[in-house]
Amino acid sequence: MTLRQPNSFVGRPVERIEDLRFLRGKGFYISDLSRPNQLHAVIFRSPEAHGRIKRIGIERARALKGVHAVIIASDLGPTPPHIPLRLQPLPELVPFHQPMLAFEKVRYVGEPVAVVVADTAAIAEDALELIELDIETLPAITGRASAEAAQSVLFEGHGSNEALVWTAVRGNADAAFAKADLIIKDTFRVQRHAAMFMEPRGFVAEWQADTQRMQVWGAAKVAWANRRILATALQIDEHAIDMFELDVGGGFGSRGEFYPEDYLIPAAARIVGRPVKWIEDRREHLMCANHARDIECNVEMALSKDGLILGLRGMSYSDNGAYLRTNGSVGPRNISQFMSGPYKIENIHLQTTMLTTNKTPSGTFRGPGRFETDFVRERLIDLAASQLGMDRAVIRRKNLVRDEDMPYPLATITPYESVTDLDSGDYPAVFDLCMTEFGWAEKSALAGKLIDGRYHGIAIGSFIEGGAAGPKEDARLVLELDGTLTVYLGSSAVGQGLQTIMTQITADAMEMPFDQIRVLHGSTSHVKDGFGSYHSRSTVMGGSAILLAAEKLKDKICEAGAAALGCAKEQVLIDGQTVRHGDRSVSFAGLSPEPIDVEASFFNKKYTYAYGTQAAHVSVDPGTGHVRVHEYLSVEDVGRMINPLTLHGQAIGAIVQGLGGTFLEHLIYDENGQLQTGSLADYLLPTASDFPKIRAITLELKPSPNNPLGAKGAGEGGIIPVGGIITNAVANALSSLGVEPMELPLSPSRVWKLIDDARKRIV
Amino acid sequence: MKLSPVRYAAPTSVEEAVALLATCDAKIISGGQSLMPIMAFRLASPELLVDLKKIKGLGDIVLDSEGLHLGAKVKWIEIETDVRLKTAHPLLTKAIEHVAHYQIRNRGTVGGSLAHADPASEMPAIAACCDAVISVVGSGGLRKINAADFFVGALQTRLEPDEIIVKILLPPWPATRRWGFQEFSRRRGDFALAGIAAYFDVEPDGRATNAHIAVFGASDYQRRLTGAEAELNGKKPTADTFAAAARAAAAEVDPPSDIHAPADYRRALVETLTGRALADANR
Ligand SMILES: Cc1cc2nc3c(=O)[nH]c(=O)nc-3n(C[C@H](O)[C@H](O)[C@H](O)COP(=O)(O)OP(=O)(O)OC[C@H]3O[C@@H](n4cnc5c(N)ncnc54)[C@H](O)[C@@H]3O)c2cc1C
Repeated sequence: MTLRQPNSFVGRPVERIEDLRFLRGKGFYISDLSRPNQLHAVIFRSPEAHGRIKRIGIERARALKGVHAVIIASDLGPTPPHIPLRLQPLPELVPFHQPMLAFEKVRYVGEPVAVVVADTAAIAEDALELIELDIETLPAITGRASAEAAQSVLFEGHGSNEALVWTAVRGNADAAFAKADLIIKDTFRVQRHAAMFMEPRGFVAEWQADTQRMQVWGAAKVAWANRRILATALQIDEHAIDMFELDVGGGFGSRGEFYPEDYLIPAAARIVGRPVKWIEDRREHLMCANHARDIECNVEMALSKDGLILGLRGMSYSDNGAYLRTNGSVGPRNISQFMSGPYKIENIHLQTTMLTTNKTPSGTFRGPGRFETDFVRERLIDLAASQLGMDRAVIRRKNLVRDEDMPYPLATITPYESVTDLDSGDYPAVFDLCMTEFGWAEKSALAGKLIDGRYHGIAIGSFIEGGAAGPKEDARLVLELDGTLTVYLGSSAVGQGLQTIMTQITADAMEMPFDQIRVLHGSTSHVKDGFGSYHSRSTVMGGSAILLAAEKLKDKICEAGAAALGCAKEQVLIDGQTVRHGDRSVSFAGLSPEPIDVEASFFNKKYTYAYGTQAAHVSVDPGTGHVRVHEYLSVEDVGRMINPLTLHGQAIGAIVQGLGGTFLEHLIYDENGQLQTGSLADYLLPTASDFPKIRAITLELKPSPNNPLGAKGAGEGGIIPVGGIITNAVANALSSLGVEPMELPLSPSRVWKLIDDARKRIV
Repeated sequence: MKLSPVRYAAPTSVEEAVALLATCDAKIISGGQSLMPIMAFRLASPELLVDLKKIKGLGDIVLDSEGLHLGAKVKWIEIETDVRLKTAHPLLTKAIEHVAHYQIRNRGTVGGSLAHADPASEMPAIAACCDAVISVVGSGGLRKINAADFFVGALQTRLEPDEIIVKILLPPWPATRRWGFQEFSRRRGDFALAGIAAYFDVEPDGRATNAHIAVFGASDYQRRLTGAEAELNGKKPTADTFAAAARAAAAEVDPPSDIHAPADYRRALVETLTGRALADANR
């Protein structure tokens, strides 16, 4: 018998299984799917930001040749169904749920008002021009000032434009501020922007009248949760719905949440009795898919004269748009709960008010609330360092949470109470490594220097990245008759390389070769239940579920092997893809007359916290306000890496996305609530050539104690500190002028204006 | 984002195309890179598209004693890859490098750009800077229009609805000419927030003469900045002269404001970019 090496795929840079298909053009996206006899839907959307609906005239549209149906709110029942919150489902937020079609009022430009179903999308768009909508216009609420002035309120029954206040508390903030040597206070703003994944959303829905079943293609992220919402809205049993996941080009938190169209397309299919397809176009996407960020923070930081951070206190305002959608609370609450980040700040009293405004509803986007809150905190620390005359690296390092403080409780947030602890980590070690790799000491000589007409600056900062949201995830393993293994997962693929990673974990757990394993995911028919992909959770939660299921499966395999070999279960062992008893063995193939099928759930309530430090070197052209990123470095400890290659890609991508939010991406509204950035010519995304010099180093210093893999949710988080670090670097570059940016994005015109104003002050 | 219903024709001669334009609400389509997005947004819904693709003779690049002739159908990629032009008209090739992205440069055309007259586009800036002459054919026959008269406002030209641009002529370019081209855009390939195309010749005594400075992006339409040119003509091309010309340039533009750049910022860009373009010219 030869000695076999155990599998060790986990931790190796295995190339993505998915890529062969994608690179050969064999990906299969929602718009590739067509059903026989299918019709096309387009949505008639509100052209106005705020108003009362007086009349919807659909007769002319209905009469157009090729149009099969024009559906308005009154076709959906006495009141249309609403979209509930999936996360933080507080009863006091029920009044702000979005109706599937505008009902009595419109509250943002782009809100669905009617659905046209026609032979082709072009005919349906022709019909849009024939719909008459009479609206009694109301003043548009477009930001904090107008929300508070309340010339109009979005929800008259509620009476104000303030939906809810989140409060994060730890220690005694007022006491800490009372004894502080230095208090730094300012107002910070992060602009509205959004996830902007590759191809817009889409659905194909088909209703089987005879069996009363609904099939929906185009599910992503949280198929099971969405199935429950859809079932309630359609008033059918959730098991009468099958949701199918196809390939998608990224999600970033936004794709796969429940939007009105998630209901409208299946509802339309049931009404017309034929399959209905809807593909969102980019303009719709910009005005309909969740927006994000858009906050103003009035926050103060208390410090001792030797640079210890004593407390954080203040009020933030989140412009949540017109409705509270499925996960609309996550960003606002995170702003308050995670402002302390990786720093030991014992006294916290932070609040976030969620405002309703006549803009597109908002939801999570990679690093929700965390990108914003890190911007505020990292700016405050740099402002404090400059007041105290301290080195910016020294002050940070001094305040980092230490390993001996773990588990370290963060501020507790209410009303939907959540308590969470930082789990493990050597924060100072990662900080030091980042300084060394970046060459902080040498590059410090550049700070504020004018070289060839550009001012140079550097900055450094640390962050934490939460992951692995519970409560559970499911995995089902099936040993097929031919001896191969099928893995069914509740996690979903949104471009993060899920198939590859899950195959690695399974191959190691089952000691099977890669090519004998098939991973299927995200469709509701695969496993009983599933939670999906959000909060950096799929690897940790899905992967841990696989480990549990693998133990069960091995047990069953031994049982079947023992039966075949005519001995007791305890007498056999698994050897490669055979079950052995002494010198007799049976192969996995043909082991039992039926496939062997097991399912297991991994339960976990504790989050994981990956953490890291990033540093940047920029230069600013004072003649144009242009900022060039010369170098961007990220060092992160993720506990355990399943696949360094895919993680590295995620780390770099996250930073580029963060640079997009820092410099380019901005959803701009005018005072009437009209979106000014309706195409990718006006909403600027970073392109491949914009930020070439990015490095990411990933470490496995401190595994998470909270799951059997030791892994921490990772890959999402590189985005989190980017806005703060870049802004600090710009401020550092322009220190001779005393420029201190407090607002993103750092568009060239904004940077130029800061420089111009500073020069005028100096003269 | 589907077009309104539209008919399509691909005539084989300019005369036939002109005749078709007169029949209804018709539009020429050349590269389609500006027209198609506008139609997809339903900002324009012409009844008929008249495609130039089958008309021969509109796609030539000819160099002769009159100068450089560019047919209306000449694509950006063809200007980029024509090795003669790097010396025959370096200002043109430099400017065209900045137009859009690879895919768009494979389709976008000289005639389409001139007719569309986006205030931030490069080709009209070169036309204005170099005193180009634009040849158009309509029901009244051939007309030649000086670039200085052709552009009249944002997306507005002297072109009549039934007229077709057939070519543009750029006057001969002396090898000793000094030139610079500068533009600033948010990302590579984006339309410029502001840009400057400039050249001047140098007299035997070292003084600058024949200064041509044209602005784009920071003005309603592409035009020469005569005040800035006056600061340069007859002076030694020094840093001080350039700074004076740059200030004059900023003073004589009246830039638009939009979501990407307020007017005062665009004005500042004109000063910065004029200074840099002239410094480049002097290298
Ligand atoms: C993303 C993007 C970025 C871009 N960036 C830039 C940029 O940085 N700089 C830049 O200059 N351009 C840019 N463009 C525009 C591009 O260069 C266009 O191709 C060009 O402006 C129009 O040329 P076209 O051949 O595509 O014209 P078309 O789109 O076919 O036509 C444009 C207009 O001109 C008319 N027309 C076309 N040909 C003639 C003719 N011979 N006679 C009379 N009328 C005619 C048409 O009727 C139409 O009204 C960009 C385009 C896109 C989509």
